Amino acid sequence: MAEKVLMKGNEAVAEAAIQAGCLHYFGYPITPQTEIAAYMAKRMPKINGSFLQAESEIAAINMVLGAAAAGRRAMTSSSSPGVALKSEGLSYLAGCDLPAVVVNIQRGGPGLGGIQPSQADYFHATKGGGHGDFHMIVLAPSGVQEMFDLTGLAFDLADQYRVTSMLLSDGILGQMMEPVDLAAPPPRELPPKSWALTGTKGQRKPNIVNSLYMNPEDLERLVMERYERYAQIAAAETRWEEFLTEDADVVVVAYGALARVAKNAIAAARAQGIRAGLLRPITLWPFPKAALQALAGRAKAFVAAELSMGQMVEDIELAVRCARPVLRCNRTGGMVPTPEEVLQKLEEATA
Amino acid sequence: MTTQILWAGFGGQGALFAGQFLANAGLIRGQQVSWLPSYGPEMRGGTANCSVILSDDAIGSPIVLQPDVLVCMNLPSFLRFGACVRPGGKLFVDSSLVEERSSRADIAAYYIPAAQLASDEGMAGLANMIFVGKVIAATGLFDEETVTAAMHKAIHARKQHLLEMNLRAVELGRNYREG
Repeated sequence: MAEKVLMKGNEAVAEAAIQAGCLHYFGYPITPQTEIAAYMAKRMPKINGSFLQAESEIAAINMVLGAAAAGRRAMTSSSSPGVALKSEGLSYLAGCDLPAVVVNIQRGGPGLGGIQPSQADYFHATKGGGHGDFHMIVLAPSGVQEMFDLTGLAFDLADQYRVTSMLLSDGILGQMMEPVDLAAPPPRELPPKSWALTGTKGQRKPNIVNSLYMNPEDLERLVMERYERYAQIAAAETRWEEFLTEDADVVVVAYGALARVAKNAIAAARAQGIRAGLLRPITLWPFPKAALQALAGRAKAFVAAELSMGQMVEDIELAVRCARPVLRCNRTGGMVPTPEEVLQKLEEATA
Repeated sequence: MTTQILWAGFGGQGALFAGQFLANAGLIRGQQVSWLPSYGPEMRGGTANCSVILSDDAIGSPIVLQPDVLVCMNLPSFLRFGACVRPGGKLFVDSSLVEERSSRADIAAYYIPAAQLASDEGMAGLANMIFVGKVIAATGLFDEETVTAAMHKAIHARKQHLLEMNLRAVELGRNYREG
């Protein structure tokens, strides 16, 4: 194993993208993700890549679309209000079946909100992210190492399934430093990009990248084909971590930075004799439904902890089919619960 | 063993750098470490602070709410965080900038005129590293070898003069006796 480097989550994302062969970054500055753009601005010129600060977030996502159509690995990053602006582009990427990576280092909302950490874009990320029938793969890192690892994975999954991968993170993970092992995983075998607009050189029929279909039968067929791919993704790519769930009476479901707070609460609960555990979704879409269903057979209650007023809780309740009570632990607007606040919910759940 | 550190001061006093220095030292020693800065608008002329955790085990929340070690490089930090120190913890205050004294009997308090010392010794701006020396001496967190290695990591070889000056500041803090 290589020597670990102390780096910020945002820097780890940028480094991972570069190691994954992303040579095209388009962005627009916004706190708390600006270090991604800063890192790219420094590195891209040295590796013959392109760093471009676009005139807006909307322009940046459409530049990603252009680069992706040409078969190149491309990325944009922003924070909540900026990602909302990209919604149109996210829908067009899906409609064109183009692989791309979009990073959201979430901050409080709605509107311009604040700049402190949040998870209130769960709905936006997992329930489409734009108009029309589509999904993105949504990856939720919980530490700086995962910021690195999951960014690399995001590119591979995007290419493998011709979808957008979104890294859904938050201000804590973007700003914090932890040691990172910068060794990239062995490359996956990926399908050739035979659909890319690379010039026919007179050798083949032109490829067309398009999302407009005036014949509804054609459009329905394409969307249904896309959903078959989504089903493959759900079957093969659902990821989660379970922590002390084997004997747990109460299971916290939390992701990202908040899952770390939950681990402190679980340790405190265990010290009091409360058998608590954690299920941490790593993919938010596809959501680890089956794992939750399995736990619902053993655990007596769940606690949905979120840095929002409760968004993922809907998926949790669906997954356990309301067979067990799901308590809520919510802070929002950039506030983060203390481990004691999560512990109180664990006590309540087992009282 | 886990040590939670909160390091606070005005923007520009090097609170964030000092925290990173400690995190790097922990990494060199093979510990789990995390560093989390405040990144709000308060950084511009207001208070800046960072949470540092050094642990032998995996680190959960990176947010330090009850520090074992609190460094206050200015009055607003002392007023805001002074009461948060974990009982049995250690408080370090720049007595050249803060006249107040902690009334708590359940913690150990160290008053070092770090800004004044730095200025007297011709190392203005290195009050943060004077505190690093004092914190290490009072807590026994790192040995001298680790400190030197961390310093080489933090400061590029091209800036050799800064390296020596920073090491000298740490030494000054380490040997400072209140009195």
